[in-house]
Amino acid sequence: MIDRYEIRLSGTGGQGVVLAGIILAEAAGRWREGQYVAQTVSYGPQVRGGMSSAEVVVSSSEIDYPRPISLDLLVPFTQAAATEGVPLLKPKGLVLMDPELVHHSTGWVAEIPLTQLARESTGRIQMINVVALGAMSVLTPVIDPESLKAALDERAPKKARESFHKAALAGQEAALKIRDRIFFEEGAGHED
Amino acid sequence: MPLNEKAPATRLMQGNEASAEGALAAGVRFYAGYPITPSSEIAEVLAYRLPAFDGTFIQMEDEIASMGAIIGASLAGAKAMTATSGPGFSLMQENIGYACMAEVPCVVVNVMRVGPSTGMPTAPAQGDVQQARWGTHGDHPIIVLSPWSVRECFDLTVRSVNLAEKYRTPVILLMDEVVGHMRENVVLPDPASIPIVNRVTPTVPPEWYIPYEDNPSGVPAMSHFGAGYRHHVTGLHHDVRGFPTLREDEVEDLNKRLFRKISDNLRDIQQVEAYALDDAEIVVVAYGSVARSAKRAVVEARAAGRKVGLLRLITLWPFCRRALERVFPQAKVLVVPEMNRGQMSREVKRVNQGRAEVRTVNRTVGRLIRPDEIMAVF
Repeated sequence: MIDRYEIRLSGTGGQGVVLAGIILAEAAGRWREGQYVAQTVSYGPQVRGGMSSAEVVVSSSEIDYPRPISLDLLVPFTQAAATEGVPLLKPKGLVLMDPELVHHSTGWVAEIPLTQLARESTGRIQMINVVALGAMSVLTPVIDPESLKAALDERAPKKARESFHKAALAGQEAALKIRDRIFFEEGAGHED
Repeated sequence: MPLNEKAPATRLMQGNEASAEGALAAGVRFYAGYPITPSSEIAEVLAYRLPAFDGTFIQMEDEIASMGAIIGASLAGAKAMTATSGPGFSLMQENIGYACMAEVPCVVVNVMRVGPSTGMPTAPAQGDVQQARWGTHGDHPIIVLSPWSVRECFDLTVRSVNLAEKYRTPVILLMDEVVGHMRENVVLPDPASIPIVNRVTPTVPPEWYIPYEDNPSGVPAMSHFGAGYRHHVTGLHHDVRGFPTLREDEVEDLNKRLFRKISDNLRDIQQVEAYALDDAEIVVVAYGSVARSAKRAVVEARAAGRKVGLLRLITLWPFCRRALERVFPQAKVLVVPEMNRGQMSREVKRVNQGRAEVRTVNRTVGRLIRPDEIMAVF
């Protein structure tokens, strides 16, 4: 039973956070049984640039309030997204961050070099959102590698399917390695 | 973990997409519109999907023309719809009045964003509640529905089309940006299980047809242009044959019938949802996405032992006076949260007549009201 597991992916318009949010919601809400999802977005009128975020709430029962109340997982793709998102975390909420994009965060932090992994596994840093999804399939209870793969297969253009798989796999492997090395960074506003 | 076997039937969709699918399921075969955030996905889906149904999609030059086009299409026999947001809705008002007066079935979806003017295009609001009621000039009845979930965007679009056909009136589906853009996993109903209502068409020989002749339902049979029945359509007050009149008796008959066809059928038109109301001393009256915040607030307050309930308005207009009056024996406080400066709370206060204390929660900053903001006034 999952009672409101809340995730926020946020960054700059064009980084693929909304698409990642949709794929995450599909993996959790269609490919896993018995889960309700509500996925919302907030973005500005710009096409590129400006704050952009996708929020996904997953629950075993019907979801009333569709936006996050307190986050279980924050995935920031910029420093600003981290700074803004951290205060919204639950006491045991986790930040999944790429040290290349986010220099500083507080609370429970899982550091995964998303950009580097995207570059190495596919040659395209644009795939960081898929690498992040791969890591999330290990670090969250609402999706798993199988449901993520099913969601990615459906979404990915045929030609890009292989790179999607590689990127997701890179994220999964990295997350498995650091799963026991999630550390707590002291900072204001956090209690364990 | 094994994959969900029902995945193919389950769809992750936006409220806007669900509304477009609902339109198709209800038999809408004509859409004319001018895309505007946050409603554009409705136009996008229908532009792509309508041709497969032998339907017509037209991107118009503006919203005035869009409204004119759907009225024309409806008079020619098609179920017609348009979608817009606040700025476009303002432009549609004159022709909405024309559709009321000429009794042309049509559906206008307004996905509300923050106004006035261009406001905040990507942010939610509920600022068009009174505009939906009184935006067009002159006294007129109107039907306005408001969904709170993706599945309900589908269901209420079907219902809007059905009500428009049944009562020969424009129906406004008032969504907000949260509901329009939110994605939820839904299973859409089997098309065969969806009730479809078609307008009543004349069965008499053409020479006997009196286009606006009264009958017990108050809704005259509607002939299509080209069907062989002479049919004059005007926005002027008209007699039963559809021609302009200034005769007081004819004008009064028309006015009364336009209102009667709606007010005689409130039971059919008005829809509310009650949650935990039985012993509620504090009753939240909410609609649209804000009702979901309200539901959360009620669930949490109940867990803390408070006697709180929710009356969710699904039909916004005609205002569900009877449903609200049923809460009065035990309700001491009414809470009306809205993403506007208090448009529906006016109605609540009007019906309340000082019986309970009315507390409002108003936010117009382009963000969904949070449950804690509602709980703060319990």
